[in-house]
Amino acid sequence: MRFKVVLVLLLVVAMLGITFAAKITIGYAARNLFNPYWIAVEKGIKDAAKKYGVDVILYDARNDPATQRNNVEDLIQAKVDVILITSIVTGSRDSGAAADEAVKAGIPVIGVDTSCGSPRVAVTIRTDNVLGGRLAGEYIAKVLNGKGKVIVLEGPAGDTNSALRVGGFMEVIKKYPGIKVLASQPADWSREKGLRVMENLLQAFPDVDAVFAANDEMALGAIEALKAARKLKSTIVVGFDATPDALKSIKRGEMSATIQQHPYEEGYMAVEIALKILKGEPFESKVVMRPWPWGIEHAIEIPATLITSENVDKYLK
Amino acid sequence: MALNDANEGFMKTLINSIKNAGILLALIGLGVFLSIVSDVFLTVSNITNIFRQVSSNLILSVGTALVILTGGIDVSIGSIMAFSSAVAASLMMKVGCILASVVGLLVGAALGALNGIAVGLLGLEPFVVTLSSMAAVRAMTFIYTKGYPISTVPEEYNVLGSGYLGPFPIPTLLSLGLFVVVFLVLRYTPFGRHIYATGDNEIAAIHSGINVKAVKIAVYTLNGLFAAFAGLILVARLNSAIPTIGSDAPFDAIAAVVMGGISLSGGRGSLLGALVGVLLLGTINNGLNLLRIHAFWQGFVRGVVIFIAIVIDRFRATSRGK
Repeated sequence: MRFKVVLVLLLVVAMLGITFAAKITIGYAARNLFNPYWIAVEKGIKDAAKKYGVDVILYDARNDPATQRNNVEDLIQAKVDVILITSIVTGSRDSGAAADEAVKAGIPVIGVDTSCGSPRVAVTIRTDNVLGGRLAGEYIAKVLNGKGKVIVLEGPAGDTNSALRVGGFMEVIKKYPGIKVLASQPADWSREKGLRVMENLLQAFPDVDAVFAANDEMALGAIEALKAARKLKSTIVVGFDATPDALKSIKRGEMSATIQQHPYEEGYMAVEIALKILKGEPFESKVVMRPWPWGIEHAIEIPATLITSENVDKYLK
Repeated sequence: MALNDANEGFMKTLINSIKNAGILLALIGLGVFLSIVSDVFLTVSNITNIFRQVSSNLILSVGTALVILTGGIDVSIGSIMAFSSAVAASLMMKVGCILASVVGLLVGAALGALNGIAVGLLGLEPFVVTLSSMAAVRAMTFIYTKGYPISTVPEEYNVLGSGYLGPFPIPTLLSLGLFVVVFLVLRYTPFGRHIYATGDNEIAAIHSGINVKAVKIAVYTLNGLFAAFAGLILVARLNSAIPTIGSDAPFDAIAAVVMGGISLSGGRGSLLGALVGVLLLGTINNGLNLLRIHAFWQGFVRGVVIFIAIVIDRFRATSRGK
């Protein structure tokens, strides 16, 4: 009798031991691992995983949405506890069906940086692009004293991130009747295209006071065009992303400002929120209602930061 | 020779293809290895998963096999897939999923037919023809979509990519169904024999009264149609049509077909080999993930395994006295 009780107790202890010893595994379906931005997200996830003692399985889609779908399916097969997804095509729902599949298999899904396009995703952690655009707008309005002519360089037509950044920017600029937007044109995120579009725009609008580019590459292209036209000294150029090249340009006194996003923090936070979801702990998120076919989205937005010549040294490493 | 092959009994053909395909050894070897090192690999749900993941490559490989059997090649199917799926997805909200899908399939077949006419009637080099249509159709996709992904795909359409019929995923049933139909057509119909004959010896085929031009137009048209079909499944799997999709698709299909022992010079090989090739590629991708091989090494391992599979196949072919 006594022996039996001890045996049962031992079994219970052993089972508890197994339960607790089983490490939590987080799966991350990455967009690509050759862009510094996504490498920073990955590093954030890995550092957080190390700190909290969880295991990470990382699959890379190499920018291909079909591979991404397969990778999420393989993560479901690997029976991870949570799946983090960075969707491939901004503005599409290419990871939505995969996310639905995971949720159906009882695995919660967290979006990292880009929206998966499924209302079943628990939460999406991203940088507040609208706030970043607003910061850029406020900076330009302040330096111009509320009066001047502005050119905007956008990302590719239809790109959500570009739309959000430019949207936040315009929201602020509209409050200043003295500031006129001469043109707002796509330059497809590229330096070369930024240069060409800016060259053309300078022909049409020779006196411009400020340029807002929705990413740093286009801003750096615009700077080249302004240099060639000997107008850089009199023009404010503001970029977005705080890439190393942009920071150096600010240090040289060519670019005026850029907006810093926080990919590392996005990754780090994704792991923390994943653990909260697994433990059933509450966390704060805001509810965004997007038009059909997107529907409801829960988001945590990390604020963006303005970098100018005053604080650039802090970010230059 | 090829004509005789086609007349052999089904079982004999099956046994022959298995005996001849060194690739099957590679697949079995890899399967055994993965079952030992991973406790997830050999589960019903993971095998189902692999079959579902390879469904669009299987459809593309079936079409590619037809083209290669006639001695041709088609590198435009990724672009055709992207364009036809964009057309279909853009129409779904307006005319309903079924009609939109039919339009998408017709667009794919029409583009394939253009390839076929250039190759068959004008006698142009297949690689150059399809290389130029690859570029032009991809550009058409960007023009049509203005570079935007199309995400207005109704939820019901997911069934095509994520649905089940009993325990079987619908994309798996569709792709295997297509495979079986084309396999039977190749084995038991005059059209199938004409495909082999065209690739085996075109002059002889013409002399024996086969309309080689029509055969060529037909296989490229079918390849375009199948590419559109694979594109529709991808739309369902991704909830959207994406203009950049499928840029690697023709190369995955060609790799699977060639690994499966279908000769690039045409006229020789069995569709069963292509199926094994597709499964081998799918198993490699799944296995590399389950073994947690880092992304940067995955491409390397994939290349090496494909190479080894082809070497095994080659040596077995040599030992058969080819």
